[in-house]
Amino acid sequence: MVFGYPGGAVLDIFDQINRSKKIRFILTRHEQGATHMADGYARTTGKPGVVLVTSGPGATNTITGLATAYMDSVPLVCICGQVPTAVIGNDAFQEADTSGISRPVTKHNYLVKTVAELPRVLKEAFYIANTGRPGPVLIDLPKDVQQATLKDYSYPKKIEMVTYRPTYEGNPRQIKRAAEVIEKATRPLLYCGGGVVRSLAHEEVLALAERCEIPVTTTLLGLGSFPETHPLALHMLGMHGTQYANHAMHECDCLIAVGARFDDRVTGKLAEFAPNCRSSIIHIDIDPTSISKNVPVTVPIVGDCKRVLTQLLEIIKPKKHPEWLAQVAEWKKQYPLRYKQDDELRPQFVVEKIYEVTRGEAIITTEVGQNQMWAAHYYLYTRPRTFVSSGGLGTMGYGFPAAIGAQVAHPDKIVIDIAGDGSIQMNIQETATAVLNNLPVIVCILNNRYLGMVRQWQEMFYGRNYSAVDLGRPMDEKGRPTDGLPDDVPLYVPDFVKLAEAYGALGRRITRKDDVAPAIEWAIKARRPVFLEFLVTREENVFPMIPAGASVKQMIGGLA
Amino acid sequence: MEHVISCLVENKSGVLSRVAGLFSGRGYNIDTLCVAPTQDANVSRMTIVCRGDDRIIEQIIKQLNKLIDVIKVTDMTAEEHVERELVLIKVACTAATRADIIQLVNVFRARIIDVDLKTLTVEVVGDSRKVEALIELMRSFGIRELVRTGRVAILRG
Ligand SMILES: Cc1cc2nc3c(=O)[nH]c(=O)nc-3n(C[C@H](O)[C@H](O)[C@H](O)COP(=O)(O)OP(=O)(O)OC[C@H]3O[C@@H](n4cnc5c(N)ncnc54)[C@H](O)[C@@H]3O)c2cc1C
Ligand SMILES: Cc1ncc(C[n+]2csc(CCOP(=O)(O)OP(=O)(O)O)c2C)c(N)n1
Ligand SMILES: [Mg+2]
Repeated sequence: MVFGYPGGAVLDIFDQINRSKKIRFILTRHEQGATHMADGYARTTGKPGVVLVTSGPGATNTITGLATAYMDSVPLVCICGQVPTAVIGNDAFQEADTSGISRPVTKHNYLVKTVAELPRVLKEAFYIANTGRPGPVLIDLPKDVQQATLKDYSYPKKIEMVTYRPTYEGNPRQIKRAAEVIEKATRPLLYCGGGVVRSLAHEEVLALAERCEIPVTTTLLGLGSFPETHPLALHMLGMHGTQYANHAMHECDCLIAVGARFDDRVTGKLAEFAPNCRSSIIHIDIDPTSISKNVPVTVPIVGDCKRVLTQLLEIIKPKKHPEWLAQVAEWKKQYPLRYKQDDELRPQFVVEKIYEVTRGEAIITTEVGQNQMWAAHYYLYTRPRTFVSSGGLGTMGYGFPAAIGAQVAHPDKIVIDIAGDGSIQMNIQETATAVLNNLPVIVCILNNRYLGMVRQWQEMFYGRNYSAVDLGRPMDEKGRPTDGLPDDVPLYVPDFVKLAEAYGALGRRITRKDDVAPAIEWAIKARRPVFLEFLVTREENVFPMIPAGASVKQMIGGLA
Repeated sequence: MEHVISCLVENKSGVLSRVAGLFSGRGYNIDTLCVAPTQDANVSRMTIVCRGDDRIIEQIIKQLNKLIDVIKVTDMTAEEHVERELVLIKVACTAATRADIIQLVNVFRARIIDVDLKTLTVEVVGDSRKVEALIELMRSFGIRELVRTGRVAILRG
């Protein structure tokens, strides 16, 4: 499975691609789209996504996608054409210093100078991308190396790298210490992140949570690592996390972090983060640099979460925490996620309906902004690899191509991109890819005609001075445009329904609550790419919210 | 605190920029950096002098270890080691000051490696205390040019 786009510097590879019976190639409409597709493919399968593009602009167009994958630890192998070795450095046509540009956003990269090293480089690239802490690897491949022939080609079967040996097994002494700390705790909390999704350690997390009565909160990227329908589930924590998760984090006396990296969206003000856990934080992570980076850890365990939890489960004794669970349940009752219940079409309602109609069995991808947070709040994820979102980089335009990549990997699943009207326009050209490859991705645009998340910050922290966030025409109080444009220019563009149709996809606009569920059902039945445009309340805010750099105490609950 | 970190790396193109990029990208300060091949031509040693509190130094060491081309990282500061730096100082001299300069150079067991009418070029090797002391003394004569290798270090025994 390869996603990509051709050009002069990769003609030789493309000459072979279309003769190959083994490689399925998907031609995208932009190299950024190709990288996000490969990323969506990787996040929903655990297999590395592969991208093939040309030199220069082809390569530079992949950078956002590589950075997105790098921040969220997604395995990709990106092969870029390069000008012939003889002219590298001469400002040759379509030359860019691709290895230089991509270095900070890849786990590793290669500039292949001779064909002899190619088999080893290819093997290493896939190995590095998908072992240890996964990440993108780039191979810069000059044209003359592509054209060279290699006598006695043999693809290495095994690989041994002296300088790269990830640790999978946890240190038994540390695991014993962890068990002791957990057994001593009276208010333990599990904090699960993308590492659990990645290593499919969800069953082990569930077993530990149930055996020792530990409530579980997850990061944005950890959604799906613990069934959100479970009584011990506290859902997402952090800046836009639930109040009960954040209260639990503040009150717990033992924190077990599993494959999560103490991101600032999660910790808020570091000095006030988990104040009762100064000597009782256990951190399981495959990457030593994640441990004690932001928060000093008591019991560091370097290893794969699935293996380490398995080791831990061999020795840890059952425990009951009735008071703690009662307290947590009380918070859940007192501070549920909520929004205004009335006749207006609100974005949260749309997400709830998506959950109901799909019975939680879809793969959900998101764009970035408010849509992303509502997708996290109002859809309950019960299985890993069913929620796909750009967390670390927050790349608008990610969700749609990622959905296409996920659909390629799971042709029989319902794949839905929960989108904002701003973000969707950043890679909307991939509608062509979805239509022509018969990939029935459903895009649910929560259209508030705003860059909503930015507008929310301007409302809350910049005195409602809305600057460059309105995606429509400027209007006076009476709703009349003030820009003097011709009358036939619509109040906002594009018309997403017509746009879908222009591409040969289906489109429908929804303005009333009653039409939401039927529209989703219609879209699912269509088995074609569909845009559902929901005209939602414009100035809805995402709550709860802990302002950047603040602590749980400054949490803004929202609805009174 | 200042740390001397010794880093064995594969002797390949691009490795230096990976290490330098790590420091600039993550906002760590490098004071000096010295790179050359070891007894094994496929392996180079980088000696990095950098500053930071314990948490930052711990991150620097972990991040260096994480680079695929890095073979081994040692924080020399934590161990018994010997440090040396070579410095070339082109110092102004006149007939009147020449003898004073030569005397100081001898006291420091440094060497004069080039002479002309208006300058003397001094080569000094030593740990940072020694070379800093001589540089300080030479300042009073007027330093025309100063070239330092940055520090290298080796574990004792
Ligand atoms: C608008 C916006 C708002 C956001 N708000 C929030 C919010 O309120 N709450 C929130 O949580 N996030 C939020 N995020 C996302 C946030 O920025 C981070 O991306 C996210 O918190 C990181 O999740 P994580 O800690 O699970 O780390 P990941 O980036 O998923 O990192 C995974 C960790 O697991 C480790 N790992 C990988 N594989 C394994 C393995 N096999 N075994 C062990 N360890 C492994 C890695 O080394 C890494 O340390 C928001 C993002 C955006 C764009
Ligand atoms: C490529 C990119 N540019 C800018 C931003 C900053 N940003 C974050 S959220 C957001 C608004 C997103 O608007 P929309 O897609 O309509 O989503 P909404 O918040 O309205 O649901 C912006 C501009 C970003 N995350 N990514
Ligand atoms: Mg919007």
